[in-house]
Amino acid sequence: MNPDKIIRYSIWIYLAIFFAYLLGPLIIMSATAFNSPGFPRMTPWECLTFDWFGALFRDERILNGIWNSVLVGIGTVIMSVSMGLAGALMLTQIWPKLRATYYTIIIAPILIPGVVLGISTLVFWDRINRMLGLGADSFLSNGLFLTIIGQSTFIASYCMLVLVARLQRYDMTLTEAALDLGATHAQAFRKVLMPFMFPAIASAGVLAFLASFENYNTTTFTFGEYPTLTIELAQKVRYGITPAISALAFMIVALTVFFALVNEANIKRKALIAEARKDATVGELAGKVEVPGFLSRNPAAIALIVLLIGTATVVGSAMAYSPDQCIAGVQEQKRLETERRIQELRDQRAKDAAEKSQQEGGAETQSTPKPSNNSGFGSVFAPGTLEGSDSDAGDAAPTDSGGNNSGFGNVFDPNALQNDDN
Amino acid sequence: MSAGVGVDLENLWIRFGDFVAVRDANVNIKGGDFFSFLGPSGCGKTTILRAVSGFLDPSEGNVLIGGNNMQGIGPNKRPTALIFQNLALFPLMKVWENITFSMEIQGASARERRKRADELLDMIALPGQGDKLPSELSGGQKQRVAIARALCAEPDVLLLDEPLSALDLKLRQHMRTELREIQQRVGITFIYITHDQGEALTMSDDIAVMRAGVIDQIGDGKTIYNDPSTAFAASFVGENNVFRGKVSKIIGNEALISTNRSGELHARISTANQGKLQVGDDAMMFIRPEALSLAPTGTQGDHYVTAQVNHEEFEGNTYNIFTEGDGGKEIKISIPNLGQSFDDHTGQPITLEYDVSNAVVVPAGELASE
Ligand SMILES: Nc1ncnc2c1ncn2[C@@H]1O[C@H](COP(=O)(O)OP(=O)(O)OP(=O)(O)O)[C@@H](O)[C@H]1O
Ligand SMILES: [Mg+2]
Repeated sequence: MNPDKIIRYSIWIYLAIFFAYLLGPLIIMSATAFNSPGFPRMTPWECLTFDWFGALFRDERILNGIWNSVLVGIGTVIMSVSMGLAGALMLTQIWPKLRATYYTIIIAPILIPGVVLGISTLVFWDRINRMLGLGADSFLSNGLFLTIIGQSTFIASYCMLVLVARLQRYDMTLTEAALDLGATHAQAFRKVLMPFMFPAIASAGVLAFLASFENYNTTTFTFGEYPTLTIELAQKVRYGITPAISALAFMIVALTVFFALVNEANIKRKALIAEARKDATVGELAGKVEVPGFLSRNPAAIALIVLLIGTATVVGSAMAYSPDQCIAGVQEQKRLETERRIQELRDQRAKDAAEKSQQEGGAETQSTPKPSNNSGFGSVFAPGTLEGSDSDAGDAAPTDSGGNNSGFGNVFDPNALQNDDN
Repeated sequence: MSAGVGVDLENLWIRFGDFVAVRDANVNIKGGDFFSFLGPSGCGKTTILRAVSGFLDPSEGNVLIGGNNMQGIGPNKRPTALIFQNLALFPLMKVWENITFSMEIQGASARERRKRADELLDMIALPGQGDKLPSELSGGQKQRVAIARALCAEPDVLLLDEPLSALDLKLRQHMRTELREIQQRVGITFIYITHDQGEALTMSDDIAVMRAGVIDQIGDGKTIYNDPSTAFAASFVGENNVFRGKVSKIIGNEALISTNRSGELHARISTANQGKLQVGDDAMMFIRPEALSLAPTGTQGDHYVTAQVNHEEFEGNTYNIFTEGDGGKEIKISIPNLGQSFDDHTGQPITLEYDVSNAVVVPAGELASE
């Protein structure tokens, strides 16, 4: 075998493993959102369902958490982008000798653990609250306020890093040119510096929002009456998760991919226009449609679009499709299976009993309690359940609604874990 | 006729900490003049311009524009417009938005701005280019847009900080004439900064020669070139041959210099130093390459120099001879090419002749480094 080929194959294998590692959990998680069992799992595939999305939007706490997260996110974006911008501007104005020290101080919050920031925010504002003689229900001890302030302490530093990078490319003589042409400092700031900074402000804003949305360890001390989504999710795990969470995850992944694509398309389009403008006049360009250009150059974008269209058609057809039939079928099947097993066991027992009575003359009529103990909980420890990988005791228990039987018992059910591995 | 607004610098000092960037500058610029500050890099030209436009406060002294003291008046309130060394066009605005930025500040409507931009674009010979971005223009076009933007603000004084330095030679020469034309058309005062003496000489009514924060000489191009008042001005503006020595005799406005190598030479004392230069002073005598000519070998006299030829070169319009000179500096002789035949003198002694009125004596001083 050619060593070149070996290297090439191993690179492909490496890439495959790497992407499986990177994307695998997301794909599995997304898939579980469409499977009907009450615990998020991909195998056995039972019924295609969209009920989990419905369940998600009926879950008050999740919805409330999302709403709070959005509020906190908006507040944090406003706070940290403006503080970051002020900090970045300050860095360019400050006396050069102090610059390094100032930079270190302003970057420090990134290095401090979020837990510490959370606790100190809580303690600090509580002190202030007391010093001002305000009660426990004052604005300063409001969960929204505290969470926004707490998160902004370090997210502002991230924003500043992004903004400083752009600001370093700013030519200060542009501001001087504006002043020289009669602009006031405010006008020069608004008409010259801000438009230049806008792309960085936008990315700092997105960054701040995402950082705020996913934050847990600072928020956990400050949320008060306003639990954010991450807080709600963490609390939910204690009571067991349902595929509704997978549905949420799927939506977040889909939105992320969508916006990443839109952004990518935008960048490509701008580059194309800039390229075209070099040798065409403006008038010529106005008529051209540039959009498909980015597709021809980016196979990843094509793949993602195909994926999106696929998802859209699946979701679209789902509007017409009702999984009730299928779920009822599966449940019927499970019931039959259970009955069959019970029957088998009964037969077995009867046979055993017959044999025993033949051998010992009916000395022992009572058998093991195992067959009667058919509920989910008991079978955890039954060695027999481990063998059956197709249908396990938890789901075999006949219940009416597939959605609600699941959570409680199954979280710690080793079978569930085992089945997910398959 | 003194249309336009003049600019005066009175005892202007500018310091950065202990460093003196401008030392006691006194300049009167007449309204409607094209005035140049000429000096080597780092001599304080930009600093003076920034003081005039209001970005820098003088440490001492005053800047007067149209007779009004500008103390405490910000750059956006002064009747000046500055064209920056790097042009500083707004990269995200289209050409027409750039040009009419000053109108936007005053709240003019987009239609008015468009109209004015088109007029100015016609004037700078870029019609129909208003919708481009600055990054889509060539260097010379950017240059012209920067000028249009400054003119759009209708300043009384236009300040230009080496605006041509980034352009190639051909374009630079073209822009020189164009700038001069624009200045004559709009009739406002131009203050121009350059380290290129060719630019200063071709465009300016008056020139100030600067050296390390000090203004050595102010005068029109001919005066600066023919009658320099310091060794620096003589050596910085144009090519010049230097002869070092001591004043041995003064005859009215002329002097005899006993040079280190070439014996006693006769020269004219520069106007600024007449009556000041004394017998026995260290002096420098300057003769331009084109003021020297070949004389029959061995001719003697106080306006003849004998020297050994080092090498020669043919430059097309001139034939240059380099001979050994004072203190490591060569003497250059340029003979205009009028179709005559040139002898190869390399390694031979030759005798050079000059007219006394073309040899200028100034007190010994610092020379411009190449
Ligand atoms: N903000 C400042 N702080 C300290 N020193 C400065 C400052 N600005 C200028 N200088 C110094 O003042 C001197 C003159 O600078 P200036 O920019 O006026 O030179 P210039 O004549 O315009 O040179 P160039 O032809 O290279 O543009 C330089 O030595 C420079 O180092
Ligand atoms: Mg300069």
